[in-house]
Amino acid sequence: MKQLKQTTPVQFSKIYSLGAARGERSVTNDEISGPIDSSDEWIRQRTGIVTRRRAESKTSLMDLSVSAAKEAIEKSKVNPAEIDAVILATISFPYQTPSGATLLAELVGATDAAAYDISAACAGYCYGIAQADSLIRSGTARYVLVVGAEKLSDFIDPTDRSISFLLGDGAGAAVVGPSDHAGISKTVWGSDGSNWDKVGMTGSLIDFRDGKLPWPTLVQEGQSVFRWAVWEMVKVAKEALKESGLEPADLAALVTHQANVRIIDEFAKQLGLPDTVVVAKDIVDTGNTSAASIPLAMHRLLAEGQVKSGGYALQIGFGAGLAYAAQVVELP
Amino acid sequence: MALSELDVLAGLAELVNDETGIAADAVQMDKSFTDDLDIDSISMMTIVVNAEDKFGVKIPDEEVKNLITVADAVKYITANQG
Repeated sequence: MKQLKQTTPVQFSKIYSLGAARGERSVTNDEISGPIDSSDEWIRQRTGIVTRRRAESKTSLMDLSVSAAKEAIEKSKVNPAEIDAVILATISFPYQTPSGATLLAELVGATDAAAYDISAACAGYCYGIAQADSLIRSGTARYVLVVGAEKLSDFIDPTDRSISFLLGDGAGAAVVGPSDHAGISKTVWGSDGSNWDKVGMTGSLIDFRDGKLPWPTLVQEGQSVFRWAVWEMVKVAKEALKESGLEPADLAALVTHQANVRIIDEFAKQLGLPDTVVVAKDIVDTGNTSAASIPLAMHRLLAEGQVKSGGYALQIGFGAGLAYAAQVVELP
Repeated sequence: MALSELDVLAGLAELVNDETGIAADAVQMDKSFTDDLDIDSISMMTIVVNAEDKFGVKIPDEEVKNLITVADAVKYITANQG
């Protein structure tokens, strides 16, 4: 009997490059504070956000995705036709089907690539990096494009005091490929469906169709999410660091999901990192962009020279599901 | 040995001071965390988690909503301490 042939594994993978796109408008706290009976000071104190970037109505999630992806592909020097898989992490692509990833693959020239969306909310980009790493090292794909993209402004309620005022629009992209050294550590990931209702939508599209509820928008139980995002997720971050074989002092940066500056500050405090580790705070003028927030924040640290290519960053995404994923990556 | 309400109040006041900078002697039994001490929901949760560590007590999320005054917290912790 003939032997079945399987792929030849590749030992290592890494992120080659990043791309970023943000909504065109900087929306101030003053602009949105009226409907939530709030103020610039109240919002800054509770979230650290000064402005958030939101897209014009004519700009789609796909426009943001293509812009970020093209930058990442160009910087990677990979021929887009050689990209074998396109993974789009999003919760705000406004079609149930087809996926956004197939259109994105077509628009960036990754024709014939396997393409699919993943729904892991604010953990989506790290889930995507985990999948890209596995696809490459198993020999299933050589180059993978991972994009985290959101146009959350389509799913906000201006009167909601739980989450809407935090949210922004943007896309972050990464090209991942084979490497001669380790560039992505083992992903520590998981979910907690017992808290499925802690962050999510106000209702289903069926409820909306049947006239039972208005257009579904995002909502969260902020206090519970805060406790989970800091004290539970710090355990995950510590485990990811342990799996990477590094010590805290070996890190150049901590790039958490950009949920709220208060979460980021408490997270960094509980993690006990030395002062040499840069803590990403892109949220201050980008807002919370869910799946896009980690690549956007990392792209900015590199663009502003706060960290250098070749250093290590601990990245951790956490959010609706509840779902989470963390890994240490070499900065592209 | 179980702590008295006065001991818990003193310990809790330290935690409030650490998180918010509010003087420990301003943390009195009849004060409301939100209305009198102006402690927001995120600081409240940080104080709760630190109180769990300090007093060996579990304070579930649904219970945090019932801790309106300092006395509510002191009584809950005193009754449930490990």
